[in-house]
Amino acid sequence: MPTYFEKKQLVTPGEMLAEGDYLAGNNTYAENSKIYASRIGLADCNNKQVNVVALRSFYFPKVGDIVIGTVLEVGFNGWTVDIKAPYTALLRASDVLSRPFKPQNDELSQVLAGGDLIVAKIASYDRAHDPQLTVGEPGLGKITRGQIIKVTPSKIPRVIGKKGSMISMIKQETNCQIILGVNGVILVTGKNPDNEDLALAAIQKIENESHTSGLTDRITQFLKEEKEKMEENKNE
Amino acid sequence: MNEKPEKLIDKKGLRLDGRKADELRPVKIEVGILPNADGSAYIEHGKNKILAAAFGPREMHPKHLSRPDRMVLRCRYHMAPFSVGERKSPAPSRREIELSKVIRESLEPAVFVEYYPRTGVDVFIEVLQADGGTRCASITAASLALADAGIPMRDIVVACAAGKVEDKVVLDLFDTEDKVGSADVPVAFMPNLNAVTLLQMDGILTPDEFEKAVSMAIDGCKKIYELQKEALKTKYMLLEAEEEVEE
Repeated sequence: MPTYFEKKQLVTPGEMLAEGDYLAGNNTYAENSKIYASRIGLADCNNKQVNVVALRSFYFPKVGDIVIGTVLEVGFNGWTVDIKAPYTALLRASDVLSRPFKPQNDELSQVLAGGDLIVAKIASYDRAHDPQLTVGEPGLGKITRGQIIKVTPSKIPRVIGKKGSMISMIKQETNCQIILGVNGVILVTGKNPDNEDLALAAIQKIENESHTSGLTDRITQFLKEEKEKMEENKNE
Repeated sequence: MNEKPEKLIDKKGLRLDGRKADELRPVKIEVGILPNADGSAYIEHGKNKILAAAFGPREMHPKHLSRPDRMVLRCRYHMAPFSVGERKSPAPSRREIELSKVIRESLEPAVFVEYYPRTGVDVFIEVLQADGGTRCASITAASLALADAGIPMRDIVVACAAGKVEDKVVLDLFDTEDKVGSADVPVAFMPNLNAVTLLQMDGILTPDEFEKAVSMAIDGCKKIYELQKEALKTKYMLLEAEEEVEE
């Protein structure tokens, strides 16, 4: 029962990865007890499970995901929200108001208008229905300040780093609050725009160099250097 | 080559462009060259020059065309007005509409359409220069554009034609051979699953000739597939190379 790849080998869709007693993991499929890749990515085998870490993918909603979306339209009893997925999401008025919603009393566009950005969680989604959002948890709701940066969704794990090492380092170094939307939208809020710009630059750097190793160290270095430069500019 | 040539194959068995009977035209493929598309590919197959771009999966418009159980794949094959000798009207012709359908049907078996219900994926194929066998080159490029867009696929589809010229079965006909020759058999193929997704025949062949043409076209497909894989990997290889330097 062999496998036909080396660890971290670049594979293309349709390439046979293993034969026999293996399980098809992420971005793979099984046919006739053979495992094939279904996306371009790096192959890996973990406990008889063959996975491909996709180098190219798109966001597809999953219940429980924290996403950042843009309000598209104010409807009769809720909003439609663009979450950068193949479906538009729905946010119900009763969820936001936390009291029974009466159309005659509440003007929805005063709560959230088109173009507003929100942090939300996917409350329900299945094949037959568009995803439904909820903001009824701490940390969720309308975004009032900060800056947004968009990255490829498949690179979000890289921004988080091993056990959150990367993201907590950036938070510490730049003194910013960072909220990661699984759909590839990142919100950075800091005490001043300079800090925010620094965090954004670091995230941009991660996106550009996400497939290199030793990235956390390099980003730490990068942030330290940039901070020194900022100090110098202030002193001048 | 506007006049009809007298001989398509010379005494040595070489064709008008100097190829042997079972020789492909030179093929050059590049992946991911259009930043505005989710996935893209460019192919030069002999004198054919074709761009393919894939968008999606995204919400289907118009909505009534979406399917509750699967993703809808749409293809648009289009020839630029300057792609052929005499200006071609840019409006979609009967032939282009048919080829769009044929290309869609040859790509569909490779895509996991059932994973993403109610969505749509659009593939736009633009022929910049045509020299026979554009549908095959289009399929080859379009499947790479889909893979580059990150859409899960069973296999990459590759296509190649074979045909009959002066009573001889030859691989990969170019324009003059296609027009003057007596048969053309385009084949689209999934190399890893060993499955044919498109098989057409235009002209007259004996059963033996037909079988020979099909197996010849499949051999050609396998050769182009290696180039496809290489092109796809080249785009992402840069990232790997960087990694090695790092360690």
